[in-house]
Amino acid sequence: MTATALSVDNVTYSYKHIEALKGVSLDVEAGRFVALLGSNGAGKTTLYSIITGLYRTHSGAVTIQGHSLESDTLKALAAIGVVFQKSTLDMDLTVLQNLSYAADLHGMPRKETRCKIDTAIELHNMQQYAKRKVAALSGGQKRRVELARALLHSPSLVLLDEPTVGLDSSSRADFVSHVKLLCRSQNTGVLWATHLMDEVDPTDSVFVLNKGLIVANGTAAELMTQYNQPDVTSLFNEINHAQKAIDQNSRISQERNIDRNREYTPEGSGKIDKGADR
Amino acid sequence: MNATHALRCLRGVATREALRFIGQRGRFFSALVRPLIWLFVFAAGFRSVLGISIIAPYETYIVYDEYIAPGLVGMILLFNGMQSSLSMVYDREMGSMSVLLTTPLPRWYLLLCKLLAGVFVAILQVYVFLLIAWFWHIRPPAMGYLLVLPALCFAGLMLGALGLLLSSLVRQLENFAGVMNFVIFPMFFASSALYPLWKMQESSVLLYWICVFNPFTHAVELIRFALYGKVAWLSLGVVGICALVFLGAAVVGYDPSRGFLPKKNMAANA
Repeated sequence: MTATALSVDNVTYSYKHIEALKGVSLDVEAGRFVALLGSNGAGKTTLYSIITGLYRTHSGAVTIQGHSLESDTLKALAAIGVVFQKSTLDMDLTVLQNLSYAADLHGMPRKETRCKIDTAIELHNMQQYAKRKVAALSGGQKRRVELARALLHSPSLVLLDEPTVGLDSSSRADFVSHVKLLCRSQNTGVLWATHLMDEVDPTDSVFVLNKGLIVANGTAAELMTQYNQPDVTSLFNEINHAQKAIDQNSRISQERNIDRNREYTPEGSGKIDKGADR
Repeated sequence: MNATHALRCLRGVATREALRFIGQRGRFFSALVRPLIWLFVFAAGFRSVLGISIIAPYETYIVYDEYIAPGLVGMILLFNGMQSSLSMVYDREMGSMSVLLTTPLPRWYLLLCKLLAGVFVAILQVYVFLLIAWFWHIRPPAMGYLLVLPALCFAGLMLGALGLLLSSLVRQLENFAGVMNFVIFPMFFASSALYPLWKMQESSVLLYWICVFNPFTHAVELIRFALYGKVAWLSLGVVGICALVFLGAAVVGYDPSRGFLPKKNMAANA
């Protein structure tokens, strides 16, 4: 049986009057690369903010490596590494200082830290710029440092929120394959949020998020067969197109229901009553 | 919470603050230049105009420069508290705050680490200022330099906690000018930093009472008394209570479920 690195069960969240997540459920197994596909505003960043404890879910539950985020927060947070959408490195510090800071935050002893940082620098090919200030690095190099930082404390789950935004296509492809390789070799569960379809392979598990709802899930290959699409990009377009049609239909039927109710309720027939009174 | 983990986290946050501070030499000099200008220019001008009678903790007549020095120490702590508040807002905008807040330690402790790191940096500046002031003939008793340390810690914690609280309320860096106008200047000028309270009372009773209720007055008095080997118990109590209240409110401000920050603008990032 494969262990579950992350389990999200029926999570909801609203920003005042806007429902950002409407009962999202998904699982990420250890050593599995899972893509969370969604266009801008679908709710990906909100979901990540909930899984990382930055926001508190209004209902539903999040379990990380068997620890409830609600009741066993610290153990749950200890099991995750995060690469945020925006770069969160300290620009005034060097790569080594940034990694050392992250190690301290996770309570790693100095000896172990030194050893792990050396390994990480080698693993992520950062030897050439390890002593440079982060401000002087390219976008791709910064992303590598962020990934190295997220993996430094050997988490069982890594969350990456649109990590390739702003990278050129070759750096992007390089970064994606690097993460997939690490995911397999270290048996780490990866939840990769993106709206860039070419980052998803047919064998990857996929959850499609649309307006706060998971509208499709399965491996990309399964979904392509189900929707009769030749590749992931057209699959995503097809799912979004189908979802738009469903939304439109439900809006029309809602409007019809409202009109019908007006005809039968006293408020709806109010105008006739008033006229009759006169 | 594991104690070793907690200490390592504190070490990490303090090291980061110190490295950033060393890296930004301009920040260090500007933090020092401000009180030194007040000491060398403002106090020198007022020395002949303003006489200070014998008031506790002083045992003899003093020149105005000597009176103003603890107020300027308070000014360093006040500006540092606001600087750390500014850096929290900056960290939040840049995203590095998220890294700290997703650390597997209680949020109140993470904020306390940030606070202690800021106080540590501020105290270094205070001692450099006191050293320069020594050459300007402001020479409290030698023991005062040691005894003032706990007072600096308390006052620094209170002002830093106020900064933390403000950072949980201020949404954007651009709004920070308001903090300068509505917090720093009124706090500094309506206190005993520049004039003794009895002088204030002579000018305006209302202003006197505002000064009495200003926590910054008590921070300054705590420092002033400690520098001369005495304890201002009332000020210590006020500073301690205010520090706890400000920190408690800041923790609430950073709580994801109860935070003061309205989330309507965040919906755009959903």
